[in-house]
Amino acid sequence: MNHIIRHRHRRWLVRGLLGCVLALVGPILGATETRADFEAALAGLDARDFADKLRAIAEVARSGDPRSETVLAAMLDGRLAVTRAGGRLVVLPAEHGDAVDVRSGAPVPGLGARQTSRVRINNRLRGVLRDAIASLRLASPDRVVRLDAARALVGGVDASSLGTLRDALEAEGDAEVRGVLEVALAMAEARSDDVDTRLAAVRAMAGSLRPEVRGLLREMGDEERESDPRVRSAARDALDAIEAEVALYGHLSSLYFGVSLGSVLLLAAVGLAITFGVMGVINMAHGEMVMLGAYTTYVVQTLLPDALEISLLVALPLAFLVAGLVGVLMERGIIRHLYGRPLETLLATFGVSLVLQQTVRTVFSPLNRSVSTPQWMSGALEINPVLAFTYNRLYIIAFSIMVLLALVVLLRRTRFGLEMRAVTQNRAMASAMGIRTSRVDAMTFGLGCGIAGLAGVALSQLTNVGPNMGQAYIVDSFMVVVFGGVGNLLGTFVGAMTLGIVSKLLEPATGTVLAKILVLVSIIVFIQRRPRGLFALSGRAAEA
Amino acid sequence: MLQSTNGRARTARAPGSDDSRGKHPTMKRTLARARSMPVIRNALRHAAAIALVTGAGVAGANAQETIKVGVLHSLSGTMAISETTLKDTVLMLVEEQNKRGGLLGKKLEAVVVDPASNWPLFAEKARELLEARKVAVVFGCWTSVSRKSVLPVFEELNGLLFYPVQYEGEESSKNVFYTGAAPNQQAIPAVDYLMSEEGGAVKRWVLAGTDYVYPRTTNKILENYLAAKGVAEADIMINYTPFGHSDWQTIVAEIKKFGSEGKKTAVVSTINGDANVPFYKELGNQGIAAQDIPVVAFSVGEEELSGIDTGPLVGHLAAWNYFMSVDSQENASFIEAWHAFIKDEKRVSNDPMEAHYIGFNMWVKAVEKAGTTDVDAVRSAMYGVSVPNLTGGIATMFTNHHLSKPVLIGEIQADGQFDVVWETPGTVIGDAWTDYLPESSQILADWMPPVSCGNFNVKTAQCSGQNY
Repeated sequence: MNHIIRHRHRRWLVRGLLGCVLALVGPILGATETRADFEAALAGLDARDFADKLRAIAEVARSGDPRSETVLAAMLDGRLAVTRAGGRLVVLPAEHGDAVDVRSGAPVPGLGARQTSRVRINNRLRGVLRDAIASLRLASPDRVVRLDAARALVGGVDASSLGTLRDALEAEGDAEVRGVLEVALAMAEARSDDVDTRLAAVRAMAGSLRPEVRGLLREMGDEERESDPRVRSAARDALDAIEAEVALYGHLSSLYFGVSLGSVLLLAAVGLAITFGVMGVINMAHGEMVMLGAYTTYVVQTLLPDALEISLLVALPLAFLVAGLVGVLMERGIIRHLYGRPLETLLATFGVSLVLQQTVRTVFSPLNRSVSTPQWMSGALEINPVLAFTYNRLYIIAFSIMVLLALVVLLRRTRFGLEMRAVTQNRAMASAMGIRTSRVDAMTFGLGCGIAGLAGVALSQLTNVGPNMGQAYIVDSFMVVVFGGVGNLLGTFVGAMTLGIVSKLLEPATGTVLAKILVLVSIIVFIQRRPRGLFALSGRAAEA
Repeated sequence: MLQSTNGRARTARAPGSDDSRGKHPTMKRTLARARSMPVIRNALRHAAAIALVTGAGVAGANAQETIKVGVLHSLSGTMAISETTLKDTVLMLVEEQNKRGGLLGKKLEAVVVDPASNWPLFAEKARELLEARKVAVVFGCWTSVSRKSVLPVFEELNGLLFYPVQYEGEESSKNVFYTGAAPNQQAIPAVDYLMSEEGGAVKRWVLAGTDYVYPRTTNKILENYLAAKGVAEADIMINYTPFGHSDWQTIVAEIKKFGSEGKKTAVVSTINGDANVPFYKELGNQGIAAQDIPVVAFSVGEEELSGIDTGPLVGHLAAWNYFMSVDSQENASFIEAWHAFIKDEKRVSNDPMEAHYIGFNMWVKAVEKAGTTDVDAVRSAMYGVSVPNLTGGIATMFTNHHLSKPVLIGEIQADGQFDVVWETPGTVIGDAWTDYLPESSQILADWMPPVSCGNFNVKTAQCSGQNY
C-alpha cells in the first residue's frame, strides 16, 4: 500500500518537473507573448462573475500555451482551485498526490480541501469548456481522442474557430473523424451569407443523425429564417429523409425498452414461477427475497470497497445463498404446516414479509442505501446518435435469460429436477417411490427464493435499495406467472416479455399511468377468457 | 397512496372538509384521555421513568416552572425517514436555548409525541399537546395532508404551529406560521434562472412529476407562468408517473427526443422521493448531461442524494432556500452544533431544518418582545420579527404568515452536496396565494387589521369566511 502511494507521489513529481521544464523552455522557444497572454487570462478564471470566467476561458484557449488544455480540463472536472493563502491557482489531484501550481508547474504538497477553494463553474461554462478543450484536442495523435473532440464540436463551432477546424480537416487522415468534422464545419457554414455555401452545407449535413443537425435543418426549411427557395427545399428533403430514419430507430429502441422491462419482470417472476407455479404456495414474501438479494449486494460493496468492479459477481452466489436459506427456514418453520391451506399461507407469508422489512429497517436504517454501479455496467453502447443500448440493461437481459436457461436445465436434466417434478405431479406416488418429499419441498422453495435473491442483485443496479423495494415487484411477479400459465417456465418467459413489450409500446402514446391501467385491464379480460393463462398445462398435470 | 416514503406528499383537501369537529367518536376518546391525563401524571410524578411511559422525551422536569414546546413529527411509519431529523433539530434548538438561560427566566421543555405517519392521529396528538400538555407552541408536520388534518384543532384551541416544509401554497391560517417556501420562493425563481442567459436561455420545458396534488398544482402554476412569458404550448411537455415509478427508459428517451428539436430544453422535476433514484440513474446511462438538458428538482435535497451515487449527476440542479454547502458563519456554527448534538459527523443538514431554525428563533424573539407565551400576544409580536437565516441574510415574518427567503439554485456535486450557482439578489416574500392561477390571483392574506383575513377577495372586498 505504502509503496503505491510513494509511486504515485513520484509520478506527480515527474509530471511536476516536466511542467517546470515546459514552463522554462516555453519562453525560450519564443512564445513570450503567448505566455504573457496565458498568465493574464489565468487570473480571470477565478473571477466572481461567470461572464468574466467565460471570457477568460476563451482567452486561455486562444493563447496557444501548452498548459491551457490541462487547466481547462481540470476546470471542467472541478479540480481547479485557488489557495486560500496567497491566491495561487492550483490543479488538485484526481485521487492521491499533491496539487500542482498552474503557473510554475511545481507540486504544492500538503494542500487539503480546507486550504483551497474550488473554482466554481455552471452548466453554461461546462458547455464552453467542453468545446474549448475539444478544439485543443483536435491535434491529438490519438484517433479516439480526436473523434471525441470532433463529436463534441458539432453544433458548437462559431466564426472564430472556423479556421482551426478547416486546418484540422485538412490534416485529418481518418475517414470517420473527417466525416464528423465535415458535419461540424457544415453546421458552421450553414450560417454563411453565400447561397452556394449554404446549399453545399445542407448537402454535407444530409444523412447525419445528430440532433443538432435536425434542429438546424428545421430552421433552414423555415421561410422566415431562410430566404433562398433552393436551400429551403434541399433542407426540407434532407430533414424528411433523416426523420424517417430517426422514426425507424425510435421503434427499435421502444422494442429494446420493452425487452429490457420484460427481462426485469422475468427475473422477478421466475423465482415465483417455482414457489407459486410449481409448488402452489402463494408467497407474499417473495418481494422481500428480492430485497435481501439487493441488500446482500450493498453489504458486499461495503465490505469490499476496493473491489467495486467484481462486487456484483461476488454478490450473486451470496445473494442466492442468503435468500435461499431464508426460504428454506420459512418453508421448514411455517409453510410446511400450511400446505393445502392457501389463505393461511398467504397471511403467514405476508406476516413474514412485514417482519423482514422491519428487520432490514432496524438493521440498515430506513433510508435507501446507495449501491454503486461498476464501470463496465455504466453508460451505453452507442450505435448512432439516436440509438443507444444502455449497458446495465443489456447485461440484465443476458443475465435473466441465463437464469431461465439454467433453471430449465436443472429441472430437465438433473436428479433434483426430476424429483421436484415428480413430487409436484403426484406427491403420494413420488413418496411411494422413495423420494423424501419434505426435503424436496424445502429445497424447491429455497431454490425459488434464491433465484429471487439473484434478481435482487440485478435490480440493485436499476432502482432503490430500501426496505420497501420488494413491494414494487410482488404484484408484477404474480401477474406474469398467472398470465403466462401456472407451472410453466416457457409461459413465464413469454408472459414477461409480452407484458414488457406491450407496456413499452403503449407508453409513448398513452403515458405511463394509462399504459399501466390498460395492461391490467387487458390481463383481467384475458384471464376471464383463459383462466389458466397463456400456456395452460393439459392432461393429468392440470388436475394435480 | 398519498403519502410517500421520502417526503413531500401534499394533498389539498377541500377547504373546510374537516369541519365535523367535536362530534367525531375519536374526538370523544381524546377528550376522555385528556381528562384522565392529570391522574396518570400525578401517579407518576415521582417515577423516574416518566419519559418512557408517556412516550415523550421530557427534558429535566425540575420543580421550576417550564415553558413547553410541542414537537409533532412522525417517528415511525413511512414519513419517519424525513421527520425524525426535524424532531432532532427542535430538540437541539431547545437544548441550545436552555444553555443560553432559557426564555423569560424559565427553562424550555420539549414535549415529543409520535403521530406515526397517520393523518387522523396527527389531529389527536395535536389536541393532546394543546389541551393536556399545555404547550405554548408546536413545531411539526411534513406532508400537506397532515397539516390539513391538524388545522381545525389549532384553530379551535387557538394554538400556534410552525410548519417547516416547502408546499404548494393556497393557504394562510391565523394559527400557522409557514416557514418553508411558497411556490414563488422556489418554483418561479428556478424557472426564471433557466430562462436567463446564465441558466442557458431555456426555450423548451419538460414538466415531469409524480401523479398527485403537489406536482399537479405546481405544474399548473408553472404552465400559466410560462404561457405568460410567451412560451408556446408546443414547447411544454407534461409528464406524470405513478408513485415509486422505476422504469424510466421511455420517459427519458422522450425527454431526449423532445430536447433534440434545436431549442435549449430543461426538465423541471417534481418527481417525489423514491422514484428519483432510478430516474437519475437512467438519465446518467442514456448520457443526458447537465449541460445538454439540465434537470432542476424541487424535492431533491442533501438527504435524498445521500442514497445516490452522484457522479453522473454533476451539474443537475435543485432549487431551495438553503444548502448545507453555503459558506456563512451562521451555517458553519449550525452544522457544528448539529454534528455535536447528533454525534455523527456524516449527517447532512437540509432546507426544512433551516426552516425550523428560523421559526424557532423567531418564536423566541416574539415571546421576548411580548413578554408572555400567550398565543395572541405572540402572534401580534411575530409580525415584522427578523432573525438571521443560515445563508448570511435576514428572515422577516410578514402578516400573511409567510417569510422572506433568498432563493438559491444549486448544482449537484460529486460529493452529494450542492454548489450555489445563482441566487436572488435579495430575499423574496412568500406569497400565500399565487398570482398565476386565475382563481387565486385575487385572493390576499393579511392578518393585520383592517383586513385580518387569510382568504380575502380583493375584487369583492370580502373575506371568504373560512378560517384558512
